[in-house]
Amino acid sequence: MSAALALGDDALVLSHRLGEWAGHAPVLEEEVALANIALDLLGQARMLLSSVGDEDELAFLREERSFRNVQLVEQPNGDFAHTIARQLYFSVYQHLLYEQLAAGTGEFADLATKAVKEVAYHRDHAERWVLRLGDGTAESHERMQNGLDALWRFTGELFRPVEGLDVDGESLHGSWSSAVTSVVERATLRLPSGPQSSAWSAGAGRQGLHTEPFGRMLAEMQHLHRSHPGASW
Amino acid sequence: MTAVTAEEATQGAADGAAADAARAEAFDAAVAADDRIEPRDWMPDAYRASLVRQMAQHAHSEIIGMQPEANWISRAPSLRRKAILMAKVQDEAGHGLYLYSAAETLGTSREELLDKLHAGRQRYSSIFNYPTLTWADVGAIGWLVDGAAITNQVPLCRCSYGPYARAMVRICKEESFHQRQGYELLLALSRGTPAQHEMAQDAVNRWWWPSLMMFGPPDDASAHSAQSMAWKIKRHSNDELRRRFVDICVPQAEALGLTLPDPDIRWNEELGQHDYGAIDWTEFQEVLKGNGPCNEERLAQRRRAHEEGAWVRDAAAAYADRHAERPGTSGAAAEPVEATA
Repeated sequence: MSAALALGDDALVLSHRLGEWAGHAPVLEEEVALANIALDLLGQARMLLSSVGDEDELAFLREERSFRNVQLVEQPNGDFAHTIARQLYFSVYQHLLYEQLAAGTGEFADLATKAVKEVAYHRDHAERWVLRLGDGTAESHERMQNGLDALWRFTGELFRPVEGLDVDGESLHGSWSSAVTSVVERATLRLPSGPQSSAWSAGAGRQGLHTEPFGRMLAEMQHLHRSHPGASW
Repeated sequence: MTAVTAEEATQGAADGAAADAARAEAFDAAVAADDRIEPRDWMPDAYRASLVRQMAQHAHSEIIGMQPEANWISRAPSLRRKAILMAKVQDEAGHGLYLYSAAETLGTSREELLDKLHAGRQRYSSIFNYPTLTWADVGAIGWLVDGAAITNQVPLCRCSYGPYARAMVRICKEESFHQRQGYELLLALSRGTPAQHEMAQDAVNRWWWPSLMMFGPPDDASAHSAQSMAWKIKRHSNDELRRRFVDICVPQAEALGLTLPDPDIRWNEELGQHDYGAIDWTEFQEVLKGNGPCNEERLAQRRRAHEEGAWVRDAAAAYADRHAERPGTSGAAAEPVEATA
């Protein structure tokens, strides 16, 4: 499996989910912020996918089983706290990963050097919202906790080895856990305690095994492109 | 409260009237000299109210206008188009922010204006009560709706109220970018497959007339025009701007290889401008009254987003109170402030 596809699909799919917030955000500033994050991710996705093929063929003509993104990023938005929980888990992972890649000399060093600055902002955005929601009102506290709990079982996949990606998964997991724990505790929330992965031995997103909502997301995303074979836009 | 004798009151009122007259004179002179009126300057109440009405309507149009275009983000047919469309919808949210902020300089909060929008007591541009049925509609909105908006808005960069004029400079730059992107989207469709060409023509057919209506009622039926022109909030009449827009669109449609759905468009040698066919003002009035194809949906989605986001805003406010978080300070690291009585 190409590592570019794994990282590119993560960015592409999360960008799509964040794009679904347009016109629905709780406050105008978040319309701007969520779109900004979505645009950064889309830019990363385009660079990564273009490095291994035609970006549009890869985005619009692959079947679900060929996508290599982690299951975390394809999860539906839920309420704002759910989206922020997804942002926290993913942006802390992506920030730590890109820091490592940027420090190295591998094929992703250049991309990571550029992207790490964007991702630092995504992480800051997520962390601040976790603090506000966790330590805001009783309702926001409960919703934020629910979001963290619901998505916890998708976090284990982030640290599985990816072929072609020279990263120490175990140390990444360690750094991720302490960063997430620190934010969660400061937000007066509790770290979920259940398993971080499902028991399915066949694997997960990196093996092209996705969750049911992903097929519907792709159906919507790909429908227009597929309806006009060979057309340019 | 201090007791004021009748005599003092009369004298005070006379002084007040004299001062008011002097201030009104200074205001009129500033407007006549094309100087900018700034938030702390004295201004007639009706001028302030008229500006708030117009800026609120404009801000609301930006945020309601996000909906018909956001409708296509998830289905954009290429990643390049998706990036352009997301950036555009984001710009509109940004324009909403500038405009609500500009309105705040007149003492009206964003919250207050949003409440009025949600209660149906303030308007937004009727054009957004039409649906985006195909991908080509995204292009038609860019080319025609943003094109009409620019024609309307460029003169507002010289509007007499400083904060509004300055916001408009920035907005117009971005709008003209959107207009070019819409045109380029339609060009790609028009030169694409027969199905794509047909999609583009169909979108232009549906968006042309509503775009012409964006300039507002004909001059002889426009309720706010005359006073706004005198105050230099507005600088050209509705019909003047409409005709200017038609003049711009005719050669562009030709270059696009698309037909404007008006058999009466023709060059008027005498005027040096194009004539165009009769506009169906009944439809305009009906859509304005709430009977357009999407009036209900647009307002319902806006209300829903606001209501569903209430707990988020409450949480942010509670957190800010507790941690003395202010814009520009790091919320997480902010030092707790001592409680004061």
